[in-house]
Amino acid sequence: MDHNIYSGTADYLVSDDLRNAVNIAMALGRPLLIKGEPGTGKTMLANSIAQALGMPFIIWNIKSTTKAQEGLYVYDTVQRLYDSQFGENDVSDIKRYIKLGKLGEAFSSERQSVLLIDEVDKADLEFPNDLLWELDIMNFYIPETGETITARQRPVVVITSNAEKELPDAFLRRCIFHYISFPDEEMLASIVKVHFPELEPNLLAEAMKAFYWVRSLPGLLKKPSTSELLDWVQALVVGGIHPEKIVSEIPFLGVILKKNQDFDQVLKRIHSAGGVQRQTGWTAGKKYL
Amino acid sequence: MFTGFFYTLKEEKVPVTPTEWMTLMEALNRGLSGGSLSGFYYLSRAVLVKSEAHYDRFDIAFSRYFDGIDTSDKLAERVAGWLEKSLPPLKIDPEHRKFSEWSLEELKKALDERLKTQDGEHHGGSKWIGTGGRSPFGRLGYHPAGVRIGGRSNNQSAVKVAAERKYRDFRNDDTLNTRKYEVALRKLRELGKNEEVPRDQLNIDKTIEATCRRAGLLELVWDRPRKNTVKVALMMDSGGSMGPYARLCSQLFAAASRVNHFKDMKFYFFHNCVYERLFNDPFCMVRNSVKTTDIIRELDPGYRLIMVGDASMAPSELTMVGGALDWGVENDETGEVWLKRLSEHFSHCVWLNPVAEYLWPPPGERFYDTIGIIRSIFPMFPLTVEGLERAIAKLKVNR
Ligand SMILES: Nc1ncnc2c1ncn2[C@@H]1O[C@H](COP(=O)(O)OP(=O)(O)O)[C@@H](O)[C@H]1O
Ligand SMILES: [Mg+2]
Repeated sequence: MDHNIYSGTADYLVSDDLRNAVNIAMALGRPLLIKGEPGTGKTMLANSIAQALGMPFIIWNIKSTTKAQEGLYVYDTVQRLYDSQFGENDVSDIKRYIKLGKLGEAFSSERQSVLLIDEVDKADLEFPNDLLWELDIMNFYIPETGETITARQRPVVVITSNAEKELPDAFLRRCIFHYISFPDEEMLASIVKVHFPELEPNLLAEAMKAFYWVRSLPGLLKKPSTSELLDWVQALVVGGIHPEKIVSEIPFLGVILKKNQDFDQVLKRIHSAGGVQRQTGWTAGKKYL
Repeated sequence: MFTGFFYTLKEEKVPVTPTEWMTLMEALNRGLSGGSLSGFYYLSRAVLVKSEAHYDRFDIAFSRYFDGIDTSDKLAERVAGWLEKSLPPLKIDPEHRKFSEWSLEELKKALDERLKTQDGEHHGGSKWIGTGGRSPFGRLGYHPAGVRIGGRSNNQSAVKVAAERKYRDFRNDDTLNTRKYEVALRKLRELGKNEEVPRDQLNIDKTIEATCRRAGLLELVWDRPRKNTVKVALMMDSGGSMGPYARLCSQLFAAASRVNHFKDMKFYFFHNCVYERLFNDPFCMVRNSVKTTDIIRELDPGYRLIMVGDASMAPSELTMVGGALDWGVENDETGEVWLKRLSEHFSHCVWLNPVAEYLWPPPGERFYDTIGIIRSIFPMFPLTVEGLERAIAKLKVNR
């Protein structure tokens, strides 16, 4: 088997099952669909694959208005019109006005590339199905120029979804699927250490304690994720916060909770009931009071 | 081989399709399972399961089917056993047939080899499924027949991992919330037939494009607006026996009221069963009620009727004249007659029942429970996210 093998990178921790899913998708030449809460490292995974395998990294960010066609190519008719009236370019050369989209770029790349189709669930329901054919046969035709763009090497296609919308079955059947669940404490601690190798163990432990407490609160509109924890740790370090204060005061709470309502709710809990300790009944918490 | 596993998955309601099954065969053919059971666990899950909501069922099926094979030795025997078995008796589209062109002999040889190179306990025969040694993160050690779980590096077998069922919380047949109902209800849409409405919506993008193509000569492109034409009538039981399901029902109600993409949506309430009158609120008082016959007259048969109730009552309430629980109700005809009248009027209707599906008697069963009778009048689905999805699918097609 002459395919590449992915085994993580120094800055990205990959679980066994995720690593397997990546390798399976590459070996079968299928798109890898990654689902999970925001901040669980979906986007970063694609980056890590590109890095590990030394491949060019092409990102296609999907928005609610994105159409599948844009991924193939865009015919810039407006520019052509402009040129025909005011420009000096040769408007009969249509090629000049055909711009490859991200998929087109990945297909025509000299070297095998990693193509990230990020947040596919943002687009219209039909969007994923519209891409199926080109992803399968790895070429497409441009009628305006009579050209066919064929993939030199099948790109490694990573597709992410925050599960805002259901994805069509036909599309799902073609994909290799993996769900990144929220990391357990040990994994999360390791992720933090990857980003902050010098972090004081005590600070890490306290930050984790407070973080999981916040995450466990019922009724949050947006549970904080890995990225919020990383930002928060950064803030704690920069702010020179003493580890003893982390659990009782939860400084820089706004870094963890982005929604005002969540922020207010948690703040109330911290102050009204005398801090996190009394709420959760941690006996070990006494010394911080 | 593994055909039994395919059917076990089906039994546990993991929605696997032949397409995906053939992909798995292709992957096995290429040795992507690395000849280990945990490799096979990952591989088959990644290829066959397309939602975390089905991970739990997959785990149940996996541990059921592979229970008892947790060492490499036993695995070897079992693999040999699998190989003796014939190919899956599946209907396979010709389109996928190319995947099945592997030779059984070749496969057997490859697997034999792989199992032979498996040196003892600690190193995977896999060429590429990361071993503990190769991984830059030694902590996440890997054993051919075992995987790391819960952050501890240990050699639990794939079967045990499956048996842990850590994806239980992601199941969508028992985690219920308004949002999921909403998503399910949104699937009930039918965009208007193009002929029905005039082309009166300017398509800006297409206009620009067409104009540019004509080098600046203005060309307007008009579209017919496409709107959802589905109309829905929701009738909910607010009777006493529904008490335990109040939360469920109010979630469905909240979801239905939030989904504002229907052309029309009507809500009615009834007490245990429908008779002469339907009520405008859950308190079911006559002064705030409408005649059922009026509703049937007013709502055209195209309305999708969704009944919600436990369909559980004293048989007399359903089958006897004057059997209605409330004294205020006239009830000259039996509840059964009224229900049939509704189901005959509306060309699409379903009944959502919060009572667990396995407790329902078969349709037509008249003596055990009223559910059996009502099931023979309305297609019945459980009031779960999944049940609602099935019901919606039913509402989309003609009976
Ligand atoms: N397994 C991981 N290893 C290292 N960093 C991670 C991991 N998971 C998440 N992160 C970090 O968390 C942040 C959010 O990740 P991102 O890929 O943007 O999440 P998503 O795309 O799932 O929303 C990034 O800064 C990333 O570095
Ligand atoms: Mg992302």
